[in-house]
Amino acid sequence: MFKTFPKGGIHPPENKLTADKPIVILPVPPQVTVPVSQHIGAPATPVVEKGAAVLAGQVIAEAKGFVSTNIHSPVSGKVSKIDTVVDTTGYKQTAVIIDVEGDEWVTTVDRSTALEKEITLTREEIIERCRQCGLVGMGGATFPTHIKLTVPAGKSCDMVIINGAECEPYLTSDHRLMLEKGAEVLTGATIIMKALGVERAVVGIEANKPDAISHLTELAREFRGITVQPLKVKYPQGGEKQLIKACTGREVPSGGLPIDVGVVVQNVGTAFAVYEAVQKNKPLVERVVTVTGKSVANPGNFLVRIGTPVTALIEAAGGMPDDTGKVVNGGPMMGKALAITDVPVTKGTSGILLFPAAASRRAEVLPCIRCGKCSSACAMGLEPWLISVLSEKGMWEKAEKEKITDCMECGACAYTCPAKRPLLDYIRLGKSTVIRLARERVTK
Amino acid sequence: MNKILNVSPSPHISTPETTRRLMYGVVIALIPALAASIYYFGMGAIIVTLTSVVSCVAVEYLVQKFILKTRPSVSDGSAVVTGLLLAFNVPSNLPIWIIIIGAIISIGVAKMTFGGLGSNPFNPALVGRVFLLISFPVQMTSWPVPSGFRTGYLDAVTGATPLGVLSEGVKAGESVASLMEKVPTHMQLFYGYMGGSMGEIAAAALIIGGIYLLWKKIISWHIPVSILVSVALFTGILWLADPTKYADPGFHLLTGGIMLGAIFMATDYVTSPMTHKGMIIYGIGIGVITVLIRTWGAYPEGVSFAILIMNAFVPLLNMYIKPKRFGKEVKHG
Amino acid sequence: MSSTVLLTIAMLSVLGLLAAVILYFVAQKFKVVEDPRIDLVNEALPGANCGGCGYAGCRAFAEALVKSTSFEGLNCPVGGADTMGKVALILDRQPVAVEPEVAVVRCNGTPDNAARTSYYDGAMSCRIAHSLYGGTTGCHYGCLGCGDCVSACKFDAMYMNPVTELPVILDDQCVACGACVKACPRSIIELRKRNKKDRKIYVSCVNKDKGGPARKACKVACIGCGKCVKVCPYDAITMENNLAFIDSYKCKLCRKCVPECPTLAILEIGFPVKEQKPAEAAEATTD
Repeated sequence: MFKTFPKGGIHPPENKLTADKPIVILPVPPQVTVPVSQHIGAPATPVVEKGAAVLAGQVIAEAKGFVSTNIHSPVSGKVSKIDTVVDTTGYKQTAVIIDVEGDEWVTTVDRSTALEKEITLTREEIIERCRQCGLVGMGGATFPTHIKLTVPAGKSCDMVIINGAECEPYLTSDHRLMLEKGAEVLTGATIIMKALGVERAVVGIEANKPDAISHLTELAREFRGITVQPLKVKYPQGGEKQLIKACTGREVPSGGLPIDVGVVVQNVGTAFAVYEAVQKNKPLVERVVTVTGKSVANPGNFLVRIGTPVTALIEAAGGMPDDTGKVVNGGPMMGKALAITDVPVTKGTSGILLFPAAASRRAEVLPCIRCGKCSSACAMGLEPWLISVLSEKGMWEKAEKEKITDCMECGACAYTCPAKRPLLDYIRLGKSTVIRLARERVTK
Repeated sequence: MNKILNVSPSPHISTPETTRRLMYGVVIALIPALAASIYYFGMGAIIVTLTSVVSCVAVEYLVQKFILKTRPSVSDGSAVVTGLLLAFNVPSNLPIWIIIIGAIISIGVAKMTFGGLGSNPFNPALVGRVFLLISFPVQMTSWPVPSGFRTGYLDAVTGATPLGVLSEGVKAGESVASLMEKVPTHMQLFYGYMGGSMGEIAAAALIIGGIYLLWKKIISWHIPVSILVSVALFTGILWLADPTKYADPGFHLLTGGIMLGAIFMATDYVTSPMTHKGMIIYGIGIGVITVLIRTWGAYPEGVSFAILIMNAFVPLLNMYIKPKRFGKEVKHG
Repeated sequence: MSSTVLLTIAMLSVLGLLAAVILYFVAQKFKVVEDPRIDLVNEALPGANCGGCGYAGCRAFAEALVKSTSFEGLNCPVGGADTMGKVALILDRQPVAVEPEVAVVRCNGTPDNAARTSYYDGAMSCRIAHSLYGGTTGCHYGCLGCGDCVSACKFDAMYMNPVTELPVILDDQCVACGACVKACPRSIIELRKRNKKDRKIYVSCVNKDKGGPARKACKVACIGCGKCVKVCPYDAITMENNLAFIDSYKCKLCRKCVPECPTLAILEIGFPVKEQKPAEAAEATTD
């Protein structure tokens, strides 16, 4: 009954400290900072001036090009300035800074919480609505949703997988969403099915969320074509290719996309955002963020406006513990460490994880003892020890032959290494270099 | 609020497993066999083990401190493991000075000259053992007879190993059936009542250690199983073909260094292949070469040579035996 | 007995002959005809395979030299005029004079000048740190301090100063091969004209931020005020993206710009010590 992907994988301690903490709505902060690039693709162009009054839900930056998406004001108030700020990625970028006044919304947004099951929009309208509302993948990749919902010419799609695996330790935002907004998530899934013109959807949930499995299985009876697939607990179950393999047995080809095997994967959070955008005409201006960590006083799941400072979130969870040594945006396996906490929450922020100082430093790196544990852990069938050395030595061509570009940067290899070698650091460097070189070859 | 935070690429958590824990796991797994050796060989086993471990650790420390001028890393436990394995591979009445030479060769030559832990192509303990076997053939092949809590060290009564008896006997034209009368029974072999290297005799104790290693996931089953199965199959075929000339598979599995080799020597991370497929090929290679040497070679025992020969093939196996990649290739238009 | 000896000799002779014949044909089959001058040029080159010429190694450069018709754009920065003169002799061409250069690190973000805001705990590689985030200081342009340039240097001309956390270039050893320039993901290192007594004047900053944020991140950042541009009598200083740049080929080392800089971002090195020279600048410039 419980399925999983066949090759590799690891079992890090789950540490889902906030699994039974209901989602708390965080009050709107006095000021929000909204970066114009919160997605993969071209940054949006700001369309408001300094001093302009904005309403919550109003477009403040417009998509530029196809792979891009709109940015909306998450609050009502006055644009204080448009400036360069450091965002969660650790780089500087343009952001619109808004001083909050009240909480006035654009009138077209339906803010009621009543469940709206009837889907009145057509396929094209749904995709257009997702584009308008600035929807992106909420699992962390932040790929614009409207592109994912458009099946490319020559490809066909026959099923949707809703990713509720949440295999990252600590994070529980998807788990809570499934429990508290299950019907909305499933309606969102139905909308996604309609947009893609498919009859079947599978919600993949790991076995460590039995309440979510039973709850959604119950609800799914009332939705046509949706089934819930319980999955074994194994990291990286939530990786797109692993999830597809686990749920359908289909194997996405090397260098290919899920659509190559007729599948589109959407995160639970994205399904909920699609529901809100299509049924309530509500743009993506808030999301659920898990704030957690072993020494955090009140870890919890919070519904926050985009642009809220991470510091405000940490305060809401009881403040930053004195022993904090590292703050991670996202989960412990794939999240990004923050250099400063004075950065805004963006569409891709799924969690804020605080590590005590003792657990925040890497251990001493020892020589590779060739135990092969990294090869056994790699879900893509790669040899991390080899490609890491190849890219450390700058042997890009050999690294490319060893399929370094197949790496999804899940970190299972570095997790499992007894010599604590920074395998993924070098693999990531090699992967980006190989991709850049390949692109240069094409343009030449 | 102006805390200086640590920043590093993901992942931010790591397994509690470390090189040191793996090495001491192997040490723990060797304890049953060590206890058996002490039971059979008494004082000799203790002296040989202590000398070997202390001198291996000392050689590693001294080489790192005074020749390589790097920070000594003896605390990782790899020298302790090498020392134990070297002791397990020599007779329990070997003079101390020979053991020290063995340690110098094992650590100083076979390990440190290649760059220390992780870089040596050949199993250090086996290089040491083979060096000693060739340099001091008399001392290295005078096997004390197990007596149970012997208190002396160099004065032990010595005899031949069962494999030695077999090899000599077959060469002299005796039939296997009559030779089998001269060696201990299979049950005695299983418990280790035979002449041989200090740690290789007690199959039962070694298997307990092996189960511990498998349980702790320090080794995978691929190498030991493929060695034991290939030895059993190969000797089984020979035995079925001519039981008067060849001994039965049970005898081959329980005598000599096959258990020690399959469970502890061949599974050394550094000198064994990285992929499971590679491990199986490597294991079969060791099994086949061992039987070839035992049956037709000049030496009665061949496990250490077989492992060293297959060590040489490990880089090739790593290069050509790849794990199965996820996803078939697609052509980009 | 003697027949055995004879047979052995005969067998070995036949085997030897056979091997010789095979070797001859194989050698013929795989023979590569090559311009003999490539070997000569290759010998004249330093043989460091540093890649400073832009080719994969000395051999590749030798091939390029022999194939080329002029020395335009071809220079061995390591061997300099001597080597290129020898090559010119072999190829029977006129040598071209090339200015000797030296690498300069354009960052002065010591822990004193640029306060550290985070601690980098990843693999010791500037390229990895650079692809991860903005860096350990508020300055997203300056040195990351992991020493990629030092490991790229094949001439032992660089080392990391543990106090300043910046790389130091030993002018005597530097051959201006440019390996460090390529290794630096932030393009901090620049090849500049080598002046007499290794004197140099340069803007030790690459921060393109506006004055305020730049100054906030680092005390000695170039704030783009443009004072140096105005004072320069030789038009050697240009200002682009809030950052001043001194063209080493136009600079006449008059030192007028140095006292003008309000943040002491312009460094003068190798000059006799002047009395009014700011103490900090002197400290920062000594190795």
